[in-house]
Amino acid sequence: MTATFQVNGTQVEASSDGKRLSQILRKDLGLTGTKVGCDAGDCGACTVLLDDEPVNSCLIAAGQVDGKAITTVEGLASYGTLTALQRSFLHHGAAQCGICTPGMLMAGTALLERNHSPTESEVVDALGGVLCRCTGYRRIIEAVVAGHASADSPPEAPVGKAVGTSVIRIDGEAKVLGIDDFGADEAPENVLVCRVVRSPHHRASFDFGDLEGFAARPGIELVLTAADIPGRNLFGVIPAMADQPVLADREARFRGEAVALVIGESTAIEGFDPSEFPISWEPLAEIMDPELATRPGAESIHPHRDDNVLIRGMVRRGDPTTALAKADHVVEGTFQTSFVEHAYIEPEAGYAVRVGDRVDVYAPTQSPYMDRTDVAAILGIEPEQVRIVPSAVGGGFGGKLDLSFQPYVALAAWKLNRPVRITYTRPESMMSTTKRHPARMHVQIGATSDGRLTSMDFNGTFDTGAYASWGPTVANRVPIHASGPYVYDGYVAESVAVHTNAPPSGAFRGFGVPQAAIAQECLFDELAEAVGVDRLRFRIDNALTAGVPTVTGQVFESGVGFRECLEALVPHWNRALAEAGESPRARGVGVAGVWYGCGNTALANPSTILIGLRPDGRVVLHQGAVDIGQGSNTVITQIVADAVGIHMSHIITLGADTDTTPDAGKTSASRQTYVTGNAAYLAGRSLRSELLRLAGASNSAHLELGEGVLGINDEGRTRTIDLGEIGTDRFGFVAAAEESYDPPTTSLDENGQGSPYAVYGFGAQMAEVEVDLELGTVEVLRMTAAHDVGRAVNPALVEGQIEGGVAQGIGMALMEEWVPGRSENLHDYLIPTIGDVPEIISILIESGDPLGPYGAKGIGEHALVPTAPAILNAIRHATGAAIRHVPATPDRVLAAISRRKDR
Amino acid sequence: MVADYHRPHSLERALELLTDNRLTVLAGGTDFYPARVGVAISEPILDISAVRGMRAIERRGDHWRIGALATWTDLIEADLPSGFHGLQMAASQVGGVQIQNTGTVAGNLVNASPAADGVPPLLTLDTSVELRSREGTRRLSLPEFLTGYRQTALEQGELLIAILVPATAEGATSAFLKLGARSHLVISIVMVSVVLQIAGGEIVDARVSIGACSPVAVRLTDLEVELIGQPADRSAADIVSSDQLDVLSPIDDVRATADYRRHAAHVMVRRAIAGCVK
Repeated sequence: MTATFQVNGTQVEASSDGKRLSQILRKDLGLTGTKVGCDAGDCGACTVLLDDEPVNSCLIAAGQVDGKAITTVEGLASYGTLTALQRSFLHHGAAQCGICTPGMLMAGTALLERNHSPTESEVVDALGGVLCRCTGYRRIIEAVVAGHASADSPPEAPVGKAVGTSVIRIDGEAKVLGIDDFGADEAPENVLVCRVVRSPHHRASFDFGDLEGFAARPGIELVLTAADIPGRNLFGVIPAMADQPVLADREARFRGEAVALVIGESTAIEGFDPSEFPISWEPLAEIMDPELATRPGAESIHPHRDDNVLIRGMVRRGDPTTALAKADHVVEGTFQTSFVEHAYIEPEAGYAVRVGDRVDVYAPTQSPYMDRTDVAAILGIEPEQVRIVPSAVGGGFGGKLDLSFQPYVALAAWKLNRPVRITYTRPESMMSTTKRHPARMHVQIGATSDGRLTSMDFNGTFDTGAYASWGPTVANRVPIHASGPYVYDGYVAESVAVHTNAPPSGAFRGFGVPQAAIAQECLFDELAEAVGVDRLRFRIDNALTAGVPTVTGQVFESGVGFRECLEALVPHWNRALAEAGESPRARGVGVAGVWYGCGNTALANPSTILIGLRPDGRVVLHQGAVDIGQGSNTVITQIVADAVGIHMSHIITLGADTDTTPDAGKTSASRQTYVTGNAAYLAGRSLRSELLRLAGASNSAHLELGEGVLGINDEGRTRTIDLGEIGTDRFGFVAAAEESYDPPTTSLDENGQGSPYAVYGFGAQMAEVEVDLELGTVEVLRMTAAHDVGRAVNPALVEGQIEGGVAQGIGMALMEEWVPGRSENLHDYLIPTIGDVPEIISILIESGDPLGPYGAKGIGEHALVPTAPAILNAIRHATGAAIRHVPATPDRVLAAISRRKDR
Repeated sequence: MVADYHRPHSLERALELLTDNRLTVLAGGTDFYPARVGVAISEPILDISAVRGMRAIERRGDHWRIGALATWTDLIEADLPSGFHGLQMAASQVGGVQIQNTGTVAGNLVNASPAADGVPPLLTLDTSVELRSREGTRRLSLPEFLTGYRQTALEQGELLIAILVPATAEGATSAFLKLGARSHLVISIVMVSVVLQIAGGEIVDARVSIGACSPVAVRLTDLEVELIGQPADRSAADIVSSDQLDVLSPIDDVRATADYRRHAAHVMVRRAIAGCVK
């Protein structure tokens, strides 16, 4: 039987069966603009129009579209002309990573067909079925509300003024057209498919049966286990701590751990039933609680690590004991946070191809060069034999810093000499990749009766799961940041990362700092109350300022805009307090601060940028800072444009590729704008000097690039250089520059004293909430976020980061709790929907960092850190109930309210 | 690997196929596919979505008939009397628009999830279901049909072809409340449905049901009895007492604790009643 239907106006045929429509569109018809995020109707990324009505194409049988008309994102623009809604998405910055964009566009298009001027709430209802993890939804709502309005012209960036202008992201058009290729969107002909056999138990030993017999099945090309790994069966982002096997050897330490790979023709792999794989499991007693893991006599998860402790971290300044004794008021509390899943809408996917004695790996990754090093070690080859080409990344947030499938496909392609691809299912992604560390924190803070902080004592245990991943980074970063951006006489913070049989906890937007901020900022409210001072005033009075040492003894002479952030909130605070006081309902207002060091902690993390001028008059920017939606492609190009002194339109930006683009480090730690931005600035200045030298012009000369020519205007004297007459280097450049930048940091001494970061970003957020006192439900009414970003290279992108961070903070505060083995999908694990993110007012403080490029510093992680504590403080203000365990689900909030009543 | 797939246009053919083969019935697909993430669809399928004459929502004699292929969107858009408004409110909170456009109300019953959004409002409407096989037709009340956690009285060879709601509910007032941890796309922690018949300022008939607090949603019959004869004003909500909720058997899960569910059900029943009498 055949189903005949129209797709974007063209008649097509498919076999009439129960196959998912999404699969027909993507695989058979090559329409990969329709994305698949869950295959379960939970995320809406696969939304298409079926006879003009939005449906999830993952839930439609191919046979059901017989005689119907389908419209996909590819059918929106005609002959390259964007629809008004696509233009609106671009102009409003509604697409960040772009993976949800096709689904949002289809749902929005259907709405606008019926309703030319929808209200915000109509948009929310129409788009409620599509999840976005990057944007915080606000710009998407704005884009759809304005979807029929004549689009404003986007901001232009004149020469020398690119920095500071909200230019449209340079990769935005591909995203709204649905032609940006993500990990699952592309693969060579003749590609084989890899499936992973994973542990169904939190901890188990296992034995293989007849692997050879299994490998001989029709369509199966290869079976790989730990015994087949030619190099090191080990990887890890912190080389000295690397402990994770690529394929577990005899024992699996967490549910979802990979133990074997099956590679074959796609038809054979699609029908592969893991229960038929020859393996026998012996479940072993698992340890799921760090408290039990550190008890005397607990079994070791890694025999070489005593007490299941991966690492400890500590910062001590002054004399905390004496300082505490001087306090007139002391508050203390124990706080608990949960596993949080990145829940990027793009599950891990990609492919590898062997090319002679080299292997190319195409993957959504935040860290191409780190991937290259580890893949090479696993294959037992040289790093230069591995090429990592990042695809578009459909959300990362730290979760795509670690290797996932890269070594699987690389090894399979290497052994078979055929291309091999893989696409994780949503459950596979959620069970096997890293999480935010759950924390248990005991904190004590003291202040004098006139409201001055005296001391803080922080003790935090972080569940680092089965393997090290970024556990050491969390353990080191937390004691430095647990103070918040405040000044104490005495300070001590200790952290410990403990192994359990949970999946590895790794990097997630903030590396442990969001957890610590909850404890510190919530106790601040109790302390301010004990002292009898306004909570915002208390923070202003104790704020870190320039010239005052941080808890690691570092003194910044400028670039500390924290107090300005708090002061910017004052009028909003007064308005919100008055409104809350007048409301007949339980309304509350809360505030919290953040500081966050940009870049690695007390370690080198250089970035290198290469740019060159081609004879055709185009400047090529080799931009290796992977753009995972945050906008580094655009921001780095803006910096280069101004540094060289040319218009952005003359720059061709090439993304990361370990063969052609130098190492710009990983996209993490809010480092790309600051670190890679500085390398870009230096490279830009260097290229400019080279061009001026060629022209014999002075530093103040203006450059004008044209077709094959460079025009120079030097104090009124103009000349034109024919670039074709100048020889080129081996890369084909007339002139080129490559520059590196590494932040000036120092290592920390035994008390954690030193200069771990060259630059900190600061911020403060205010939450307004309403609590249902009978049900414990919390509605966030508004967030106001003031952030010191040094200088906003692209204010719209900065605001996009703030809104996205706030949305994730709302999730962490109110709903996100990943439970091993119980929430491996996007309906049991809840992230905020479009209806859960309220109005967000962003206030940008531009303090001008002395080290940042044009004064800029990072924002990615800063935006998430204060959100949850601000919301918890608002809940307490509304109800009097102190929440000690996040997420503050309705049952926890209600329990806290009853505890307060019982007191 | 492509499994057998049948998509008949007539009910007779569908029943014939269903009698002679072991087939999984597929309609809207919103429960079928999520249960098959990452696995090949290998079982033989009877896709009933093309069967003619099974999608209408219409009044027939003394009852309303909701065809087995009627989607949540069909229900939301149907012009129905006030007694159905609670059901329509439930429909508009199922998944997102995409799910509402394809998922069927009947499929929600056959899937028999404890958190099925359609069950509490349909229970309060004294709904029955029409089951058809080659042997004939039988009609079961909804409580007879829903026999347990993800279990129904549907027999081999039988299809649920329509949902039948007595027209007596037409003039009633109704309300539906759903509690979840986020605004959209949420599986309920608790659902409450209330239908009240009011005459002369007095409650003359009352039906109250709770979902997601027991293996199958239940009616609070003790409460219903006590509501009858009460004045139709805010004081009616004060009749609710915790012993009337003893029929619930909530569990602890990732969404909430059992104690919380019991408490929330109590609060929400009061609110739903108050919403009907205001």
